[in-house]
Amino acid sequence: MSDNRPQPTRSEARQQEVLQALEQARPSFESRLQGAGLHPLKATGITILQLNVGRVCNQTCRHCHVSAGPGRPEDMPREVFEQALRVARDPRIGTVDITGGAPELNAHFRWFVAEARALGKHVIDRCNLTVTQEEGQEDLVAFLKEHKVEVVASLPAPDKARTDAQRGEAVFDRSILALRDFNAAGYGLDDPELPLHLVTNPVGAFLPAEQAGLRERWQEQLLREHGVRFNELYTITNMPIGRYLHWLEAKGQLEPYVDRLAGAFNPVAAERVMCRNTLSVDWRGYLYDCDFNQMLGMTVDHGAPPHIRDYDPDRHHGREIVTAMHCYGCTAGGGSSCGGALE
Amino acid sequence: MAEHKETYYAAEDLAKFEQVGRSAPEAWKAFMKYYGPLMQDGHLSKREKALIALAVSHGEKCPYCIDSYTRAGLELGLSPDEMAEAVHVAAAMRAGITLAQGIVMNNTLDKLSF
Ligand code: SF4
Ligand code: SF4
Repeated sequence: MSDNRPQPTRSEARQQEVLQALEQARPSFESRLQGAGLHPLKATGITILQLNVGRVCNQTCRHCHVSAGPGRPEDMPREVFEQALRVARDPRIGTVDITGGAPELNAHFRWFVAEARALGKHVIDRCNLTVTQEEGQEDLVAFLKEHKVEVVASLPAPDKARTDAQRGEAVFDRSILALRDFNAAGYGLDDPELPLHLVTNPVGAFLPAEQAGLRERWQEQLLREHGVRFNELYTITNMPIGRYLHWLEAKGQLEPYVDRLAGAFNPVAAERVMCRNTLSVDWRGYLYDCDFNQMLGMTVDHGAPPHIRDYDPDRHHGREIVTAMHCYGCTAGGGSSCGGALE
Repeated sequence: MAEHKETYYAAEDLAKFEQVGRSAPEAWKAFMKYYGPLMQDGHLSKREKALIALAVSHGEKCPYCIDSYTRAGLELGLSPDEMAEAVHVAAAMRAGITLAQGIVMNNTLDKLSF
């Protein structure tokens, strides 16, 4: 199958090299899996199909592992969405999780959401909030509500200083406007069909705060200072990939950060890494164990076909996962996945 | 030309803290038994204790502790504003304590003056 794998881009190859070099002086991730009785790491069955529809975004956040931004050309064409719908028919896949970039900017996003919902799938939109304030997106919140899409939105901190430091000037104020729009539509209140969850990544080179207790503090502060509400708060570890990897290198923080991640290895978190129940698709239709492997150009392997057109339930559901040093980001402390830390 | 400069405090030396226990290990163990559990959640939360520790670190001017408890504070979800306020508390206490010594000065003045 190796003949139809994509060539890693120059940037992907360089990132892989940097991560491999770190392995010289540290225990490999695989050796830690071995110690935890989890090697080789295998998927337990795909329940979530995650589409990264491209790298186009209205923001250029500093921690972005996708290196997304307004000028990026990667944008999923309709043909790949159609292939994804075929895969999503697999009854074991209950959730279609859409990310980017800002996925809502893709021209086929709304059509695809409607189709996935018509298949009876639960749909998650990973929303950066400010996209709802962009021209042409005035009816986005209403659209998401109409299709009962779960919204998982990024906000690094409940204040302007830290949010803008990570995500750009005025992002906090625009995010609050977005949260107000979502609340006005009924999102983030008590309706279980309209959940609005927030995701926070640390604003720098440190591990996320414990999830317990944090949500209540955020809820209290955001309600008191801005009159906005949300449901859950997920903490996610920054991955040493993409723009964030460059930032770590420029700050001389790469090695200490990876040591921090590796030193906090938690076997319980390792057992519950998201690649075990997720299959990740890129804008061209290539398949990965997760969005992080996707950004490193590391497609699924170990006998699982690398393109969605060759989706094969027998070979994908229980596939062996492709791991490397960056995986320490998923197993540090309370763990980290698209659903946040372990409860 | 790279020049090796000897200093009493170096960031990488923080990792050597445990080596302080290489002599008199029983005393070190007793300290760790006290310090470790104390810093966990109790009547006060870990966050509150980290803020106190950060303020004391400044008051005592220990760069190792400032480094450690700034990191710990970030990973406990403390904001830079909260941490800075804790440092101001330490600073205000030091100022107040200095001024409070004025009582001794005044008492002495009263004793010695008409
Ligand atoms: S982190 Fe999200 S919002 Fe920020 S640049 Fe990346 S994709 Fe866009
Ligand atoms: S980085 Fe991806 S492959 Fe590695 S443990 Fe995390 S989810 Fe799994």
